[in-house]
Amino acid sequence: MSNTPTDRRYAKSHEWLKDEGDGSFTVGITDHAQGLLGDLVFVELPEIGTAVEAGNDCAVVESVKAASDVYSPVTGEVIAVNEALDGAPETINEDAFGKGWMFKVKAADAGESDSLLDAAGYDALVAEEE
Amino acid sequence: MIYEHSRAGRRAMAQAPSEKVELAGIPDAMLRTSLPPLPEVSEMQAVRHFTRLSQKNFSIDTQFYPLGSCTMKYNPRACNTLASLPGMLSRHPLAPETHSQGFMACLYELQDILKTVTGMHAVSLTPAAGAQGEFAGVAMIRAYHDARGDKERSEILVPDAAHGTNPASAVMCGYKAREIPTGSDGDIDIEALKSALGPQTAGIMLTNPSTVGVFERRIKEIADLVHAAGGLLYYDGANLNAILGKVRPGDMGFDVIHMNLHKTFSTPHGGGGPGAGPVGVSKRLEPYLPIPMVDFDGNDYRWLTERDRPDSIGRLSAFAGNAGVLIRAYIYARLLGREGMHRVSEYSTLNANYLLKRLMEAGFDAAYPERRASHEFILTLKKQAKELGVNTMDFAKRLLDYGVHAPTTYFPLLVPECLLVEPTETEAKEDLDRFVEIMQTIKQEAESQPEMVKQAPHTMPVRRLDDVRAARELDLAWKPGD
Repeated sequence: MSNTPTDRRYAKSHEWLKDEGDGSFTVGITDHAQGLLGDLVFVELPEIGTAVEAGNDCAVVESVKAASDVYSPVTGEVIAVNEALDGAPETINEDAFGKGWMFKVKAADAGESDSLLDAAGYDALVAEEE
Repeated sequence: MIYEHSRAGRRAMAQAPSEKVELAGIPDAMLRTSLPPLPEVSEMQAVRHFTRLSQKNFSIDTQFYPLGSCTMKYNPRACNTLASLPGMLSRHPLAPETHSQGFMACLYELQDILKTVTGMHAVSLTPAAGAQGEFAGVAMIRAYHDARGDKERSEILVPDAAHGTNPASAVMCGYKAREIPTGSDGDIDIEALKSALGPQTAGIMLTNPSTVGVFERRIKEIADLVHAAGGLLYYDGANLNAILGKVRPGDMGFDVIHMNLHKTFSTPHGGGGPGAGPVGVSKRLEPYLPIPMVDFDGNDYRWLTERDRPDSIGRLSAFAGNAGVLIRAYIYARLLGREGMHRVSEYSTLNANYLLKRLMEAGFDAAYPERRASHEFILTLKKQAKELGVNTMDFAKRLLDYGVHAPTTYFPLLVPECLLVEPTETEAKEDLDRFVEIMQTIKQEAESQPEMVKQAPHTMPVRRLDDVRAARELDLAWKPGD
């Protein structure tokens, strides 16, 4: 059974993107991604006001195994970051799709997210990678 | 911790200064007012403490150590013995050339040996480590483009399997690193390379054999493509052990190479140094080599400096790199000789392929089963992790119980549940066979009693460490009472 939420879209680089309905999007990494990384020990978030470009790295997650870039799935401006992750990176391990959100982007083009995968498409990608 | 043995007033007089130290000239504000918090132990306590620590260590002197040249292969004792001769050890770095002819002759010959082994046009020994060699290499790429007025080049291409130092070196030199994916056969994705190349390409950094342990088969085509786009090719010498005396980076079309002498040429460096990262270049990059270098006019050896080499990227340290490492490398190369150099790569490759084949027969999955291994190979324990819940780290920890140092785990990152094994040229067949038997045993244990394997090690002085907590609550200055 897949636990991949159907209320959002997914990038091939394992980020999720949720439309908040007001032109802003919440971004995090998927449960599959946190599973691959293992226990996270550090999260570096972008600063509020940073201009991000779709496909470019804008945050870092670090586990005992690896440090990995997080890519913004959309172009726009960072309007909020999840400061609760600072000092509690394990939140992403525990609840990647919920409390483990990383940052919010005010999208330059709200239609841009349409090119991303839906939940079924992402599950297929994960199955293929395995 | 030695601090735990500390009792007020205990002394080890051997280390105490024998004369009063002159402190005149140091400003009062910079003098400390309290004693430093050093452990107070007797000499014998200190000896026992550190001897016990050394006994708890795994080492290549006592155990099979499949980290290989990536970390530290076996270094013949002769190299260290000869490099420790008083004339070498006590030479002052500021000694005049006339008093340093023997030492400089060794360096000059080493420059020549490395040129021959790598097929490059010229070599500078001065970078003090691999990362500094990389910096020097990319800085020369930059100097070359700049000197031609070709200032629009802004990107260095780096395969996704590359060592993390590659993109870091590119960025240090003001370039942007652009990632090129690896195909499922372990070779670089040529189509992705083609689409990434352009007038913005300053160069590409490659490790060949690559970090996934296979030889980049289309290297000639890659070299032609990059050169056609006006870029240069950088060779990361991390895996030079696999090709010594067999294939030369210069013949593959590379323009710059750095060599990790401390890995391939005999210096014990596990633990962080010192290293030596000489750079070799093709003819067009020769003017930019870092200084000092050694020249020979048929009679005398002399240093080449700024005066002789005005276009050099400059000095990377006060003197000529890490002299001790360079001398060890020189002795190692001379002991092997031109005739013996290729045996390093032949035996390291034979050992790796033998081990890979036997482990595959024992039911382990190779990450690239269709490919011949270089001097190292990658297993993926994906199946064991998924079906038994026993992952690569569990296997690695259980290996310790059997008296084997674990191979590299979880690198390169693109292979899931990855175990990178490099036996090196010096292991005997019996030791390789024993490793296979142990791996088979652990595999059976993972099937019959996975919980036991997941809690390994069981026989070591310490059990499994909480590396997650250690990273989250980093404490580098612990002292008793904290």
